[in-house]
Amino acid sequence: MEWVNAIVQGTLLGGLYALFAAGLSLIFGVMRLVNIAHGDLIVLGAYLGLSVTTVLGLNPLLALIVVVPIMAAFGYVLQRGILNQTLGKDILPPLLVTFGLSVIIQNALLESYSADPQKLNAGALETASVAVGSLSMGLLPLLTFGIAIAVIAALQWTFYRTALGRAFRATSDNQEIAQLMGLNRRHIFGLAMALALSVTAIAGIMLGIRTSFDPSIGGGRLIFGFEAVIIGGLGNLWGTLVGGVILGVAQAIGAKIDPGWQLLAGHIAFLVILALRPNGLFPRING
Amino acid sequence: MNLSNLHVTRTSRAAKAAAVVGALILIVLIAAPWWAGRADMRLMGELFLYLALASLWNLMAGYAGLVSVGQQAYVGFGGYMLFALTIFGGIYPLGAIALAGVLGALVAVPVALLIFRLRGAYFAIGTWVIAEVFRLSFAQVSALGGGSGSSLPVGIVKSLAASRSGREHLSYWLALGSTVIVIAAVYLLLRSRNGLALTAIRDNELAAGSLGIDIWRTKFVVYVVTAALTTMIGALIFLQKLRISPDAAFSVNDWTAFVIFIVVIGGIGTIEGPIIGTLIFFVLRETLADLGTIYLLVLGVVAIVIMLKAPNGIWGLIRGRFDIELFPLSFRVKTTHPSKKG
Amino acid sequence: MPDPILTLQGLNAFYGDFQALYGIDLEVAEGEVLAIIGANGAGKTTLMRSISSLTQNRPEMVRYRGEDIGALRADEVAARGIALVPEGRQLFPSLSVEENLIIGGQIGRKGAWSLPAIYKLFPILEERRHQQSTSLSGGQQQMVAIGRALMANPDLILFDEISLGLAPIIIKDIYAALPGIIGEGMSALIVEQDITKALAVSSRFYCLQEGRVSLEGTSATIAREDISRAYFGVA
Ligand SMILES: Nc1ncnc2c1ncn2[C@@H]1O[C@H](COP(=O)(O)OP(=O)(O)OP(=O)(O)O)[C@@H](O)[C@H]1O
Ligand SMILES: [Mg+2]
Repeated sequence: MEWVNAIVQGTLLGGLYALFAAGLSLIFGVMRLVNIAHGDLIVLGAYLGLSVTTVLGLNPLLALIVVVPIMAAFGYVLQRGILNQTLGKDILPPLLVTFGLSVIIQNALLESYSADPQKLNAGALETASVAVGSLSMGLLPLLTFGIAIAVIAALQWTFYRTALGRAFRATSDNQEIAQLMGLNRRHIFGLAMALALSVTAIAGIMLGIRTSFDPSIGGGRLIFGFEAVIIGGLGNLWGTLVGGVILGVAQAIGAKIDPGWQLLAGHIAFLVILALRPNGLFPRING
Repeated sequence: MNLSNLHVTRTSRAAKAAAVVGALILIVLIAAPWWAGRADMRLMGELFLYLALASLWNLMAGYAGLVSVGQQAYVGFGGYMLFALTIFGGIYPLGAIALAGVLGALVAVPVALLIFRLRGAYFAIGTWVIAEVFRLSFAQVSALGGGSGSSLPVGIVKSLAASRSGREHLSYWLALGSTVIVIAAVYLLLRSRNGLALTAIRDNELAAGSLGIDIWRTKFVVYVVTAALTTMIGALIFLQKLRISPDAAFSVNDWTAFVIFIVVIGGIGTIEGPIIGTLIFFVLRETLADLGTIYLLVLGVVAIVIMLKAPNGIWGLIRGRFDIELFPLSFRVKTTHPSKKG
Repeated sequence: MPDPILTLQGLNAFYGDFQALYGIDLEVAEGEVLAIIGANGAGKTTLMRSISSLTQNRPEMVRYRGEDIGALRADEVAARGIALVPEGRQLFPSLSVEENLIIGGQIGRKGAWSLPAIYKLFPILEERRHQQSTSLSGGQQQMVAIGRALMANPDLILFDEISLGLAPIIIKDIYAALPGIIGEGMSALIVEQDITKALAVSSRFYCLQEGRVSLEGTSATIAREDISRAYFGVA
């Protein structure tokens, strides 16, 4: 029973990791950009949530109404102002520029919020739980998991059912020909980054409600998101959810064996899958 | 013009001058214990170790197209191997450093087999995962102090040299020597057949493949050699620090972020770049370090601006203006005077 | 001759250090169909890319309806009513047949062409509309590429070797459809290897040779020998 419990908790934790992963996957899908600063942007989202909740006295979930648009606008400006200049055949410029960005965000957060751990206070939600048989599931992890499903479904819908998604896919297929369709790829990429950072904002706030955070934890969140993306299969949005769940379950099982093994078990699960199925569990068929 | 007056050469007047000046500088540096103060020598020792790390990272990223953000895996591994081999193996520290290099290479083989499955930027994050695995694993080893780390026992430290100044001189010379060895190794590797293959891969991976260059093998060799040398540098770093902990040993900021800044600022894909970058980095650090986080912010901004506006770094700007190469790698066509013709 | 819709003045084009076009002067009149012929590597595709702004030009090199458009971005040129059917079709593999067509109309220019009109022209596409574009035959893919360009309701349409890699019978079908396509008052530039086909559908032609215009004239009256000389550069 304890093991079942660990697996259930791990699965729910996977929802959070899927939220980390979705933005990363989206950006890679549209413009083949791997954003090293992704984890730090998640943490930035959490801190913005903190400021909004303290200044406006809002519940962190309501703070999303403010934080999501801010992050989206930031994403658009970031893409058009800096990242678009790095896109090309060479992978080095985007990698190194986002790496520099990661350092900037981290230290800017340190400068403005100090290194003290912070937490978002969601009140009763944090301790509430529902009992299913003898299992007790926290309301917050359940909610996070539900949000992850909703976010991925929404992204999937955007991608395959809307004009914006069509433009994303066309630009991803062939940037030159997409330009001939009147699509300005710089604008399209800006919109993709805006969408990705909206998801990142949600991820940051859910993270901040769940655990305490400080400016240095971005790297770890990037790695979890990245592992979920690779486990699920590049370019597959639902795959990121599966990847997140596998990662979460592996960590929960590791923690059950020995608390020091929690993170290690997750990384090992990732490496095993990389060894056995280098393209992930559900790779997208077409390029 | 007569074609027989032309010949292809790698050397140039600037390169010959640089070799002479370089040799003189090297002699002066070797003699540092007789002219430099204790603090200066410490600083220079650290500078040399960073220069070695930067040259190695540059070999991978600038020539083999392997962008790693996880070289701290080998720095930390080297540090821990130094501690383990001297404390439990009773091996003399210098022998332990050499042995650590061998172990680093051995570890790098399976790691490479695994993460070479990831392409491009995902490879980069894969290297970071490996470094995390190393960090978390060593934190589990209670004999080496677990998460809080341990210090090198006094006996082992004393075995290096009896006097404090003797130890300081030795560790300075080790740092200097390792930098010289690393730069020489990189230079010779790039001048060899492998080096030509690397340059071809850097310039056009597809074309290199169709020329029959085994890209995978070439990259694999570079990865493993770099890992071995980085491990040895790591062992040296912690021989200076005398204390190790997982967070310090596998720090992404200390052993990768700074190294990347050095290479980007100096000029990626050149031997001279890391040298210039290291000098600039230390000047910045010594003048701005009091600013703390602001200093790091500035460093990040400078790196981004350079990457966007001058992707070949400071050395790229210099070379673009004066067409010089201190470490002659490219071939030039020269005219010989008919009188000299044999 | 009516006012030109497109004028090229001393157009040069480069790929890195390599110069592919040298000082091309060319005019297309309103409603005119112009053929561009030339051997492999003569620079025909480069010319199409330059007009579409897929390669960088100086502003005054490309003049369209009285405006210098040479330095605009490709999407801005497209929005002004120039559409390209690219060499090798270049459909979007992640998009279905219908999505490929719809995205062609994304610019939102008004005109005769719409999804039903395209399906009327190429009925097979309606049957296959939900299929992935890559699962179609070469000829069907070419229909999608043409339909995609038409959906923009362009004033000037550029065809780059629409017969490339297709069976003669399909080429015949497509060329049979061309007058109906261009007949709606559009101007067109047709790049074609098959000189007879190109001359049959056009009123005038330009011949390119190694990046330069080697001959221009009226399609109906030109002598074959003159063309082969301009084409291959043999005396
Ligand atoms: N991407 C490129 N990079 C470098 N050179 C190119 C590139 N594309 C074309 N060229 C060169 O430019 C010249 C013109 O090429 P272009 O494709 O315009 O010829 P074309 O007339 O369309 O030939 P074809 O009939 O074979 O399609 C050729 O010499 C070609 O080698
Ligand atoms: Mg062509």
